[in-house]
Amino acid sequence: MSILIKGGRIIDPSRNFDKVGNILIEKGTIKSYPEDIKKLEKDSAIKVIEAGGKIVAPGLVDLHVHLREPGYEHKETIRTGCESAAAGGFTSIVCMPNTNPINDNASVTEYIMLKARTEGVVNVYPLGAITKGENGETLAQIGEMYEAGCVGVTDDGMPVMNSKVMRHAMEYVKAFGIPVISHCEDLNLSGNGVMNEGDTSTLLGLSGIPAASEDVMVSRDITLAELTGTHLHICHVSTKGSVRLIRAAKERGVRVTAEAAPHHFTLTDKAVAEYDTNAKMKPPLRSEIDREAVREGLRDGTIDVIATDHAPHSEDEKMVEFDLAPFGIVGLETALPLSLKLVEDGVLTLNGMIAKLTHLPSAVINIRKGTLNPGGQADIVIFDPERKVKIDRERFRSKSKNTPFNGWDLKGVVLYTIVNGNIVYSV
Amino acid sequence: MAFERKHILGLEELTAEEITLILDTTESMKEVSERDVKKVPALRGVTVCNLFFEPSTRTRSSFEIAEKRLSADVLNFTTSQSSVVKGESLLDTARNLEAMGASMIVIRHPMSGAPWLLAKKLDSSIINAGDGSHEHPSQGLLDLFTIRQLKGRIEGLRVVIVGDILHSRVARSNIWGFMKLGAEVRVVGPPTLVPKYIENIGVKSFYSLDKAVEGADVVIMLRIQKERQDSEYFPSLREYSRFYGLTREKLRCAAGDVTVMHPGPINRGVELSSDIADGPGSVILEQVSNGIAVRMAMFYLVASARSSG
Repeated sequence: MSILIKGGRIIDPSRNFDKVGNILIEKGTIKSYPEDIKKLEKDSAIKVIEAGGKIVAPGLVDLHVHLREPGYEHKETIRTGCESAAAGGFTSIVCMPNTNPINDNASVTEYIMLKARTEGVVNVYPLGAITKGENGETLAQIGEMYEAGCVGVTDDGMPVMNSKVMRHAMEYVKAFGIPVISHCEDLNLSGNGVMNEGDTSTLLGLSGIPAASEDVMVSRDITLAELTGTHLHICHVSTKGSVRLIRAAKERGVRVTAEAAPHHFTLTDKAVAEYDTNAKMKPPLRSEIDREAVREGLRDGTIDVIATDHAPHSEDEKMVEFDLAPFGIVGLETALPLSLKLVEDGVLTLNGMIAKLTHLPSAVINIRKGTLNPGGQADIVIFDPERKVKIDRERFRSKSKNTPFNGWDLKGVVLYTIVNGNIVYSV
Repeated sequence: MAFERKHILGLEELTAEEITLILDTTESMKEVSERDVKKVPALRGVTVCNLFFEPSTRTRSSFEIAEKRLSADVLNFTTSQSSVVKGESLLDTARNLEAMGASMIVIRHPMSGAPWLLAKKLDSSIINAGDGSHEHPSQGLLDLFTIRQLKGRIEGLRVVIVGDILHSRVARSNIWGFMKLGAEVRVVGPPTLVPKYIENIGVKSFYSLDKAVEGADVVIMLRIQKERQDSEYFPSLREYSRFYGLTREKLRCAAGDVTVMHPGPINRGVELSSDIADGPGSVILEQVSNGIAVRMAMFYLVASARSSG
C-alpha cells in the first residue's frame, strides 16, 4: 500500500530538516517528498493522511524496554509490549535481557527475534547480558548473541559489581563494535533500600537508596571506559552527581552517552508519600535538586537520550506492602506527552526533544533508524503536540497498568504510527 | 471539637487539637480502668481484629484489654496461625477478616506503610499498632499522656530521644507528637543510626549523650534491636552501652525532675542501668497502664467518627 502524508510539519533532526510538506511512502520506504500532489491525491491506490497542523517525525526509538518475554508473560509479552510501543509513537525498541531464561546466549536472542518478527508490530532490538545468568562473574556468549542480533550488552537490574569483570566486558565488546550499557548502582550501598534516601524516606521509615549508590558506579564505569576506549552508555541517569560526572567525562573526550527517563525528569521522591508502589522504581525518584540537574543535563546535551525504562508489573504484584512491591513502572504510552512537557517548560526545543527520541538513541546502538531519509525505511510517527489528553491507564495497550501518571492532564497525542510503511497504530 | 478520622495511622497526620482530644478522652478512659467493674458498652456488637504480623505480647495484650473494656468482640490473628504462611497477600487476609465482620482492624506489621495499604483498600477502620520503622501512634500517645499527667504540660519541655532513631517507629511517633504539642525535641545516637535528614523535620540531632541530655525534662530510651549488633551500625553492644547507655552519671546534667521512659522491653544494662529503670524518675510501668486507657480512647473516638458518618 502507498501512503501520502499531506501537509504536515516534517521534523527530522538527523538532517536538520523542519518544513511543512508531503511524504510519499511506497513499498515500505520513503519514496519522495512530493511538492505537487494533485495527481497522487486522486490515485485511489494511495491512502492519504491529512497531517495539516500536525508533526510528522521519524518513528520514536526507545533504548530501554522490558518486554518480559520469555518468562514473565503475565506482565507483558513481545506482542503486547510492541503494541504499547506503537501506541506511544515508538517504531523501534530495545529490550532488556533480564527475562527468564536470561538473554545470555544466542538461542534466547533468536527466540526473541523470531517472536518479534512474527508477533511484534514494531522493530525489536535485543540487548544481551554481560555475564552468564547476570551473575556478575563469567562473560556471557557475547559474540554469538551479537551475531544473532543483539545490539549491545547490559546487566540491567543486576549490575556487575566486580570491576575486573566489567573491564573485561568493555574490552571484549570492542571485537563487535557494540556498546556496554550500564545500570549504574552499587548494590552494597543500596542495601535493602526501596526509595531515594532523603527527607521522605526518613519520614516514611522506608530504607533509602542514597544518590551515592548511583554516583560511585557512574564514576567507576566512566573510569573503565576511559581505560578501554569502549563506548559506554549509562542508563536512566537520576542524580545530580551522575550528570556532573558524565558532563566532565564528555568534556575530556570519553566515549560516553547517557539516557534519562521521563519519570526522573518529571517526578521527585515526594510521589512516594502514602506508600504508592507505582512510584517505586530503580533508580528511585530523587530529590528536586536531582530532578533539576537531570533536566539541565538534557538541556545542555550531557544526557543524549530520553528512554522510558518501561517496566511492566501486574496489579497483584504491585498491590502489596511497599517493601515487597517490585521496582518499575510502565512508560511507553506516557513518554511523548511527558517529553512534550519539557518543551512547554522551555527545557528543550521541539526539535531537540525529537532528536533525543529518534536519531540520538539510534546512534547509541548503531542502527539506521530515527531518520526520514528518502529511500530509507518508512518508520514514522504523526502526532498532535497540542491536543489535550487525560492519562487513563485502563486504555493502555500494555498488559500492565503500573503508572504514577494515571489521571494526569497532559498534551500530545499520537495519531499514526507507521512501521516499514504499514500503519500499526492510529488513534 | 469532634474527631472525624476513620483511621489512626500515625501522629504525623494528626493536628495538635486532635492529639489533645485523644489525651483528654484518655483521662475519662483511665477513670473506667480504675473502677471495680472495668467495662463500658461503647463497642458492644463491634468486632475488632488484632492482626499481628510480628510477635508482640505487650502491645497486643494492651490492645486486647482496651477492646474488651469497651465490650468489643475480639478476634486475634497472628502470623503463627495465619494464612500468610500459605502465601496469602496482606490485602486478601484483611479482606477475609472484613468479610467475617471485623469493622476495626488493629495491625502490627514489620514493613512501613502496611496499614496505609489496608486503609486505602478496605472499609474497615485501621489502627496502626506499629509499622516497620514508620510509626507507632499508640505508643507516642501514651508517652504524651504519661508526661502530661506527670508534668501538667508538654509545651516548652525538652525531650531527648536516645538510640536507634533510623529504625525506630517509636521515635517517629514521639517526634511528631511532642513537636506538635510544642516541646523541643532532640535525638541522639551513634551517627549510623541518626538519619542525616531528621533535622529537616525540626528536631536537633546530637552524637553525644552528655550534650543531648543537658537540661532535659524527658529522656526516652529506645530499645536496641539485638539483631542490629551483628550488623555494621556499631561495633558491639558493650561499646554502644558505654556511649549511649543511660546511667545516673550521665543524667546529672538533666533537669532535677527528669523523667525517663522506655517503650519496653528493656535490655537491662544496655540502654538503661537498673538503678534508673527502677529509680524514682522512671515511669516505665506507669506507661504500661496508661497504654490501655490511650488505646480505649483511640477506639472510642474512631468508633464515634464512624457512626457519625
